[in-house]
Amino acid sequence: MAKLIVDGSEIEVPAEFTLLQACEQAGAEVPRFCFHERLSIAGNCRMCLVEVKGSPKPVASCAMAVRDLRPGPNGEPPIVNTRTPLVKKAREGVMEFLLINHPLDCPICDQGGECDLQDQAMAYGVDSSRFHENKRAVEDKYIGPLVKTVMTRCIHCTRCVRFTTEVAGVCDLGAIGRGEDMEITTYLESAMHSELQGNVIDLCPVGALTSRPYAFQARPWELNKTESIDVMDAVGSAIRVDARGREVMRVMPRVNDAVNEEWISDKTRFIWDGLRTQRLDRPYLRENGRLRPASWSEAFAAIAAFVKATKPERIGAIVGDLAAIEESFALKLLMEALGTKNVDGRQDGTALDPRFGRASYLFNATIAGIERADAILIVGANPRREAAVLNARIRKNWRGGRTPIGLIGERVDLTYDYEHLGAGGETLAGIAAGTHPFAEVLRRAERPLVILGQGALTRADGRAVLALAAKAAVAVGAVKDGWNGFSVLHTAAARVGSLDLGLVPGEGGLDAKSMVQPGALDLLFLLGADEVEVPAGPFVVYQGTHGDRGAHRADVILPGAAYTEKSGTYVNTEGRVQLANRAAFPPGDAREDWAILRALSDVLGHRLPFDSLLELRRKLYADYLHFAGIDAIAAGDAAAIAALAGLDGETDRTPFASAVKDFYLTNPIARASAVMAECSALANGALRQAAE
Amino acid sequence: MAVRRLAPKEIQPDSFAFTAENAAWAGQQIAKYPEGRQASAVIPLLWKAQEQAGGWLPEPAIRMVADLLKMPYIRVLEIATFYTMFNLEPVGTHFIQLCGTTPCMLRGAEDLKKLLKARIGDEKHVTPDGRFSWMEVECLGACCNAPMVQINADYYEDLTPDSLGKIIDDLAAGRPVKPGPQNGRRASEPEGAITTLSDPSLYDGSLIGAWRKRFEEETVKANAVGAPAGDAPAKDKPATGAGEKPKE
Repeated sequence: MAKLIVDGSEIEVPAEFTLLQACEQAGAEVPRFCFHERLSIAGNCRMCLVEVKGSPKPVASCAMAVRDLRPGPNGEPPIVNTRTPLVKKAREGVMEFLLINHPLDCPICDQGGECDLQDQAMAYGVDSSRFHENKRAVEDKYIGPLVKTVMTRCIHCTRCVRFTTEVAGVCDLGAIGRGEDMEITTYLESAMHSELQGNVIDLCPVGALTSRPYAFQARPWELNKTESIDVMDAVGSAIRVDARGREVMRVMPRVNDAVNEEWISDKTRFIWDGLRTQRLDRPYLRENGRLRPASWSEAFAAIAAFVKATKPERIGAIVGDLAAIEESFALKLLMEALGTKNVDGRQDGTALDPRFGRASYLFNATIAGIERADAILIVGANPRREAAVLNARIRKNWRGGRTPIGLIGERVDLTYDYEHLGAGGETLAGIAAGTHPFAEVLRRAERPLVILGQGALTRADGRAVLALAAKAAVAVGAVKDGWNGFSVLHTAAARVGSLDLGLVPGEGGLDAKSMVQPGALDLLFLLGADEVEVPAGPFVVYQGTHGDRGAHRADVILPGAAYTEKSGTYVNTEGRVQLANRAAFPPGDAREDWAILRALSDVLGHRLPFDSLLELRRKLYADYLHFAGIDAIAAGDAAAIAALAGLDGETDRTPFASAVKDFYLTNPIARASAVMAECSALANGALRQAAE
Repeated sequence: MAVRRLAPKEIQPDSFAFTAENAAWAGQQIAKYPEGRQASAVIPLLWKAQEQAGGWLPEPAIRMVADLLKMPYIRVLEIATFYTMFNLEPVGTHFIQLCGTTPCMLRGAEDLKKLLKARIGDEKHVTPDGRFSWMEVECLGACCNAPMVQINADYYEDLTPDSLGKIIDDLAAGRPVKPGPQNGRRASEPEGAITTLSDPSLYDGSLIGAWRKRFEEETVKANAVGAPAGDAPAKDKPATGAGEKPKE
């Protein structure tokens, strides 16, 4: 710790703090453009100048460490001033230089209203310019379908370059030329290759990089901002949904150091156009092979008539990837009331089962815990595609200390170096048995982390792989006091919640895979389940938001609410219970999902015991206490993993493949999004986009 | 300085590869740096690539160097666009770099510029036969021989429009040209006769110990003057005292 005096008040901060951090700790506000907490220090904008007593010139506080300050002649603490005339004059000078070449196009700039330069010009700008020469103009660059560029506005803070290089791990952006002619661009204006590239929009302190889909859509001050949770993957990133009237206009990240720091993936950010297209806005009934619009009562009557004529064991229900706990819970109660055991919340057919204990299906190490791991084994996962933000954490760990990382599965670009150990179960068996050299690396590590992906668990031998992975985790000492490194990486936002609720087939019940076998069922209820192929035969009731696979097969469609249109609880891959809030209303006749199920239960003669979301939650919390702990993780009992390791089974020799084939098209909302379709096409090389 | 861009696609070659000799040389350069620091060799390699490509850096060469050093393409492009000695567009076989910085400008670089413009054409423009192009550059460090140009690897100094015109004529005709000063002087020696260090006594040994003799003479003179004049020491005092005081 070091003492220093900031603006007259003495504070004590760690010596490795920068002056900027120390000043903030002391309550002084320091303007900055290039400095960002999560990026390396560039020190090139010079906006954060402060006065240090004894220094002949102002000092860039972001790049000066507290330990580098000299004490006074009699050992007094160093003195830093942030409010002296010298500082003000210096910052005004910097601002004047920045504004020399910055266009005065705020009225047509999308950053207007949330622009760092605009805000700081209010404090440090002068009212007129002394610059009479021509302003610099820069051609706009094409850097992909997501980020729009207006390069004349660029002030060369290089935050975007540092982000893509350091956090996203793709060296796409760079600064070519020099001096006044410096320009930010990609190599020959190719599109960026990152699934985190949207974050450069937030990082850009001016309007040089803005969101292309959101261009000229809305102004920040006319948006209603709702804090919510993302459901595009199982990470559960903290987001803010900005809506104008009924429409979601954009999705922004919120800071949550435990989960997403302040990044979100492109799918999370640019999904919003999918919330408007292909929406189911009224119930539909299939008559003579064609779907026709119907009223709620007609739809319910048709279901009731079918349910009455069907034996309970011929009824089944599958819960999809985006369902909140509330509706899953309501569906579970309804199916119990109907007397069926055929319920499954694992439409991908994963081998995970709540019977093995909660620790057997959680990312036990926690996402923040990834940073503490000192050896990582990834089994059957491509975290870059399955959980892009989580992958950035792994990369952060790797960058910090070159942690050894081993991968069993597909050889892919994960943005960090890893050792490719093998493709399938036999390599994992080698780790478990300690015969593989990487087992030694893991064993020597203090906190080894074993990440188990759905690609390894959704296969026929998934259960054997699960047991083997648990065995490997136990064998290398990943499960011990104070550290549980056995971590399952989920791909669906609803999955952990479904497993917590016990949405798995009861004794003698059918699982998702068996339910969609021809002739298995007469009535199938799909709660937003679009990733299953339902054969001809059963009467299908689809409750969901988009006209996707499930709706195409459905005999009755019940229009539900998307994740931005309802208050719902989601549990992320680490078991963190989080609350998504309503930012807009469902379109047309669509209703919140729990309410649809409640109304349907009434028609079916098994009225569910709640009339409001509050009552539902009260019952939910009574039955499952841990759902009440919002933003908390109820850790699983590590003993479950030892028990899991005891299971036996034979793994086959097929290589592990990632569960996510196309990052941009993993759920019905994404498949309805034109932006995602374009990204997908670009990623698959099908589309060659010319520069605008 | 102006914005520097890669040459248009039409004139870029399809591919670029080092000759066997250059590849071996590149290998030696890379080997100079420790493991993991191979990127340090980027500038020598780009320079060699420029040399091989005839004085400019084609886009495939940038990619080739990046691949060779396992660097992202954009990083090498950053370097190639940052340093102005990398030419991003084709240059003539005789690439004339005219120094236009102050000393040369004062000594007539403007006239040379006019001549180049008349003889070759606009700056950064290659003559149709591909033989000549010219460019104004910042100081090349031969100010004592101003004005000067650099043609490929050689300096041509002390130029006048006539002598530069003659050099261009000779180059165009394939006649040999002599690098260095064009007005007859050797290197940066004084023009015409030598004007300094010309006293013969400098070289006959008579000045050996001359400095000590001078001091001795001065001391004698001071003693002779100081003894009869009573107020002389007082006059001297501030002079000597001023030097001694801080020491006390």
